[in-house]
Amino acid sequence: MSEQQDTDLHRRRFLGQAAAAAGLTIAPGVMLYQVSARPADQAVTSQVRWGMLIDTSKCETGCNDCVSACKTENGWGTTETKSSPRQQAQWIRKVKLTDKQTGHVQSLPLMCQHCETPPCVDVCPTGASMKREDGIVLVDKHICIGCRYCMMACPYKARSFIHEELHDQKPYMPRGIGTVESCTLCVHRVDKDGTPACVEACNAEGHKAMYFGDLNDPNSEISRRLKQYGGEQIRADLGLNTGVRYQGL
Amino acid sequence: MVFLPRYLSKLVALLGVSLVLALPLTSLAGDLLPSIPKGKGEQCVEPTEIMRRNHMEFLLHQRDDTVHRGIRTTQHSLKECIECHNAPAQDGKVARVGTADHFCNSCHTVAAVNVDCFECHADKPENAQYRHALKGKTE
Amino acid sequence: MKAVKYLEIEGRSTGYYALLAILGLIVAAGGLAALYMEHNGHHVTGMNNQIVWGMPHVFAVFLIVAASGALNVASISSVFGKKAYKPLAPLSAFLSICLLLGGLTVLVLDLGQPDRLVVAMTIYNFKSIFAWNMILYNGFIAIVAVYIWFMLERRMNQYSKYAGFVAFFWRLILTTGTGSIFGFIVARQAYDAAIMAPMFIIMSFAYGLAIFILVMMAAYSWSNRELGDSTVRRMKNLLGVFIGSVLYFTLAYHLTNLYATENHGVEAFILRDGGIYTQLFWLGQVLVGGLIPLFLIYFPATAQSRAMISIACALVILGGLATMYLIIIGGQAYPMEMFPGKIVESAFFDGGVKQYIPTMAETLLGVGGFALALIMVALVVKILRVLPVSLADAELDPHASTGK
Repeated sequence: MSEQQDTDLHRRRFLGQAAAAAGLTIAPGVMLYQVSARPADQAVTSQVRWGMLIDTSKCETGCNDCVSACKTENGWGTTETKSSPRQQAQWIRKVKLTDKQTGHVQSLPLMCQHCETPPCVDVCPTGASMKREDGIVLVDKHICIGCRYCMMACPYKARSFIHEELHDQKPYMPRGIGTVESCTLCVHRVDKDGTPACVEACNAEGHKAMYFGDLNDPNSEISRRLKQYGGEQIRADLGLNTGVRYQGL
Repeated sequence: MVFLPRYLSKLVALLGVSLVLALPLTSLAGDLLPSIPKGKGEQCVEPTEIMRRNHMEFLLHQRDDTVHRGIRTTQHSLKECIECHNAPAQDGKVARVGTADHFCNSCHTVAAVNVDCFECHADKPENAQYRHALKGKTE
Repeated sequence: MKAVKYLEIEGRSTGYYALLAILGLIVAAGGLAALYMEHNGHHVTGMNNQIVWGMPHVFAVFLIVAASGALNVASISSVFGKKAYKPLAPLSAFLSICLLLGGLTVLVLDLGQPDRLVVAMTIYNFKSIFAWNMILYNGFIAIVAVYIWFMLERRMNQYSKYAGFVAFFWRLILTTGTGSIFGFIVARQAYDAAIMAPMFIIMSFAYGLAIFILVMMAAYSWSNRELGDSTVRRMKNLLGVFIGSVLYFTLAYHLTNLYATENHGVEAFILRDGGIYTQLFWLGQVLVGGLIPLFLIYFPATAQSRAMISIACALVILGGLATMYLIIIGGQAYPMEMFPGKIVESAFFDGGVKQYIPTMAETLLGVGGFALALIMVALVVKILRVLPVSLADAELDPHASTGK
């Protein structure tokens, strides 16, 4: 009788351990399935709309972490040696605002606002300035002729023109002479379920002034924050429905 | 028969003879064919003959897919081409696009077709050890 | 009116060759400048990320606007039936094409990637007025070419009226398109106005006619052909009307802007605080381009003198260039109102008036385009039968009384 009980005990233990082992083997697959939502051969859809939220009250005047991170990630800032400072590209910049009436001082990062109805896309003669289905506004540099009309039309002065030959570009972020560029919302990272370098750097340093996420998902952190605390567009009167929103403007 | 003035017909005859005499010189043409650096790995993602003729078609199609639709498959990605075809040599040196050693340049200079991809794209790989997986095989 | 006889100019004098040589040198210099800019990239120019369109665009837009207006003389004869202008219609049409080609050359050579012109001509985003302009400019050249053929080919003369109508309406749309390049921009306070399109149309009338009068007077006096006083008088009076209209549109534009508090910043900039831009407005656009030529055209003592009329035309052209500089560059120099009521500072030069110092290269490119247009006209009048042999008053209208 005890032999039978011993065997049962052994069986139970074995089954339990086997189940645990099986569970541990499958679990990473289950987790991965939840995290990586879009396979490489699938096109982006408008189900997702990427956006950013910037809490200007947490943004310090002297801090440039987001700008430095963008420079390192995308390879601008030191690559244009022949261009004058006014000709060098700048994808994101910190803007210092002083209210003329009250003297109140604020600081915020300003980059391409990834509008829903971008003026730059409207005016591009070849369609190089384009908006992806998921809301990211990009320049298709293959068909950009370098006319700079989009730079005239952008209400946020977000775009830069490359005034000289470039070398040693980042392989994942091509940029070159005679074409126009701007913040890509780190599309190369976003497509692999990452976050833009600026947001990552801001959070890594603990400032918590920048959030990134899916504006179409009511449960995403960015949507919940926008619902709770509100968020304004810069130049809201233009009716562009920007993807980048600011709190505390 | 076309009637030509005497000096012209002499000139035409002279030209004809020179061309015929120059025929043996074509044996020197061997030096004009491009010497293309060998890429890493055993074979390319597509058969060589198909690649030779159609690589631009693949690239032009892929670039629209990637930029406009966010499709980042690696089979025809330019970045992946560079990883194998311009991998660093034993001594760590990498051919740059302006030189004859660069894979794309070696043929394009002979074919006299301008390559403006590298005005924007990096002409050397990011990761020296990476090797792109062929279809059906795993790394 | 008896049939007008057209003849090429002789074009073998030292003066003619000197003209070609001088214009040719300027064109060559412009070409070298374009090569220099394209090879090195735009860092060799004064244009930057704040002032993205500079001297080349000032000249290019001026030439394109003037091209449309230069066709006026032909349109007046074909569309409005004024027979007195008919002999000059071929010259008017050719000048129009040459000015347009000059302007387009400058525009294309300034592109960041001019080798992608094929892309620009084949892939169109039809929401962009720029894309429409490409079609309008090329269509204009084709239509005017057909118009010229109808005018010069005796068998097709009966159809020239219809070609004239098409050309007239096409160029109204074209100039509306050019003005709308600026009028459609919501981002900047100096633009984003419906008046930009009609203002460009009336400016095209003035600049085009001024250039036409100068070219006509030069062609006739330098080839020793007769040009009657009545022709010159008619044209200068018409120019006066156009200059007055431009001044009116300028007034309407600024008065409207001054009424809205939100535009007070940009108006103060243009009218009072803008330094070079204020000077360009009052001295360039209003005085040199408007009031002085008006005075020269209508004041009895100067109205009779061809020299004074030439000066008036030249001043209109200079005023036009100043206006283009003010619109294109001044409009970019004034900072965008992103944060109303705040002082804005950043490392990307937000907030203040933007700096622009034109370099020799980009200015040469612009001037080279102008010279290209003129050298083409100079060659056309020698190669083709474009100029009437005589435009003496008696030739045009035998019944007109001689003397004042």
